[in-house]
Amino acid sequence: MATVAFETPKLKPYPVIPLVAEGAMAHSKPYVASPAIQSNIGFPGELTEGWEQRAVAKMGELLDKYRSLRVYMDACVHCGACSDKCHYFLGTGDPKNMPVARQDLMRAVYRRYFTFAGKHFPKLVGALDMTKEVLDDWWRYYNQCSECRRCSVFCPYGIDTAEVTMAAREIMDSVGLGQKYANEIIGKVHRIGNNLGIPGPALEDTLFGLEEDTKEETGLDVRFPLDVEGAEVLLVTPSADFFSEPHVESLIGYAKVFHAAGISWTLSSKASEAGNFGLFIGNYEQMRNISLRVKEAAQALGVRRIVIGECGHAWRVAYSFWNTLIGPFDWLDARYPVPQHICEFTHDLIERGALKFDKEKNDDRVITFHDSCNVARASRMGSMPGGQFVIPREIIKTVANHFHDMAAGTIREATFCCGGGGGLLTDDLLELRVKGALPRMEALKTVVDEHGVNFMATICAICKAQFSKVLPYYGFDMSMVGGVHQLVGKAIRLGELH
Amino acid sequence: MNALTVAYAALFYIATAVFVIGLASKIRCYLRTPAPLKIPTTPAPTTTTGVALRLTREVVLFESLFKSSKWTWLFGWLFHAALLLVLLRHVRYFQQPVWTPIVWVQAFGTYAGFVMVCGLAGLWARRFLVDRVRYISTPSDHLHLALLGAIAVSGLGMRFVAHTDIVALKAFVLGLMRFDLQPLPPDPLLLLHLSLVALLLIVFPISKLLHAPGLFFSPTRNQADTSREARHIAAWAAALEKK
Repeated sequence: MATVAFETPKLKPYPVIPLVAEGAMAHSKPYVASPAIQSNIGFPGELTEGWEQRAVAKMGELLDKYRSLRVYMDACVHCGACSDKCHYFLGTGDPKNMPVARQDLMRAVYRRYFTFAGKHFPKLVGALDMTKEVLDDWWRYYNQCSECRRCSVFCPYGIDTAEVTMAAREIMDSVGLGQKYANEIIGKVHRIGNNLGIPGPALEDTLFGLEEDTKEETGLDVRFPLDVEGAEVLLVTPSADFFSEPHVESLIGYAKVFHAAGISWTLSSKASEAGNFGLFIGNYEQMRNISLRVKEAAQALGVRRIVIGECGHAWRVAYSFWNTLIGPFDWLDARYPVPQHICEFTHDLIERGALKFDKEKNDDRVITFHDSCNVARASRMGSMPGGQFVIPREIIKTVANHFHDMAAGTIREATFCCGGGGGLLTDDLLELRVKGALPRMEALKTVVDEHGVNFMATICAICKAQFSKVLPYYGFDMSMVGGVHQLVGKAIRLGELH
Repeated sequence: MNALTVAYAALFYIATAVFVIGLASKIRCYLRTPAPLKIPTTPAPTTTTGVALRLTREVVLFESLFKSSKWTWLFGWLFHAALLLVLLRHVRYFQQPVWTPIVWVQAFGTYAGFVMVCGLAGLWARRFLVDRVRYISTPSDHLHLALLGAIAVSGLGMRFVAHTDIVALKAFVLGLMRFDLQPLPPDPLLLLHLSLVALLLIVFPISKLLHAPGLFFSPTRNQADTSREARHIAAWAAALEKK
């Protein structure tokens, strides 16, 4: 790996806002997508003559298509409310990781080409021509934003840097500058069906193996069905759930819930991925096409319900965008929300008394819950605002005896991103990921020290992968992180009910 | 009619036109630009009434800013609240007879000028004292504060130090509104105050002062969380479905 050595930040007993350290992360850049990766998903292969004009034209197009971008380019007053809210700023001190400064990278160009003040008094308002230097800064710092929306909670005008980052990535893609990690994955999801690139037969094999393992553990025939026509529920889950630790533990948990409730379900080899990287690159058409796979699979299998596994951004796209992108869902069972989160699904069964648990099976664990950014600030569960905070915690408290929340400013709507979201979960950005995890690690350290917490549950494949990787940098055991349904699977009582 | 009066009358007609037309065209632009996806920052209200309440809390109490930074909130809120009182107090120059509520506000409005200056001073101090805010401050940010500060100080100067002929001023303003020009008192402090106010009107639609209408059009704040219940499709996005 080409990453240069870096120092892991020290965990402080209380949060300290770093002093501005200009250029501290100027070296952090992801790998550039090859022309083949780019053209594979319909983008130009590389920067060619005249890209500046094309970039500005694309910006004009997006300004006409997205009110968010249009308003956010104008509304910022540089009050600084967001300046200490981004985990990447808190972890690195690089001022261009302050949300306002990140937005200003685009605002400078917007002003130059689209506003009176910037056209006539560029110096006064900090307007800049679209040049290679500007693009280089975009490339660095729009690839240091995880689109987690924490800044949008604190902005007095609700300016969401995620919207700006997505627009910037869309503009860069449109002139031939794409990010290798995200764009390669988008190619895979279309070609193979999932982000990890697991072909159907391998998936079948894995699921068969899981059935054997679960049989060994429980003595019961807990099924992991694939492509079963006429099943009640289609479960769409991140492909990491099939192959990665600790993700697979949650998949086993889902299967046990379905088994205990006696609800028929299936996975799909065509839609073997919940994640939607179209979101990360801000491309509406990609986001829609990736979503359409799920609709096509669900209709082909003739299911009545769609349930989404533990995946943060996937849940944002499914909950907030699917109805718009691929709805209406009048062909599914109207008695259930479409789509439904696996936590809503399990919680509903708990409420109805359909599941029983042996809580003490989780007694070796003192648990805390990491709210995943996109679930927390870009979606909901249940019918009440904030259900996305309540329902997972209710489930944990139902299946385990020891639970402690982390500090108030670090959970729920103010939760910190794990540091790997929004298309940054790649080893070429490892330094950024480690440093960006600092605020979460500090909050975790406090509950570890004060309450003996030894397990951080979360409901996002990226969070799980990111924490598994960065926990050791801060002196924690990588197995401290896991899914909510990992805990459910451990404590659930199987067999007797049916 | 003297040249000074004509010049200031022209200035105010132009400034008002720029303000009204500029702001209206910006608002029209915001209205015409679709918001193709549901992106409220959650937890978000699920009803229109809830959204109205959320926006009201943002406008009246600066709810999000309060969550973010108590000092910025304190200075920012004081400044805006005082500005509102000061503006209301100034309504008396535009009407005859003066509405009773405007008469009531007079006492508060006069002293609110000092609060306004304190708020501005606090906000400006942050641009020097907090390294993060210093980093993001542009010449334009400082000039906005200077402009507002100079308007407030020149106004207070006329109220508490060197009184201007407000009877003649009121006649001038009412004359402007009735297209029947009356002489403007040639008081330097008044001329400065009026010039700066005209400048503020002119820069409003082309500057960060657009945060005022912007808030109402911010999709993260003005959308209800109803994505599973209702489709929310923009015209350009609907066209994709026909492909």
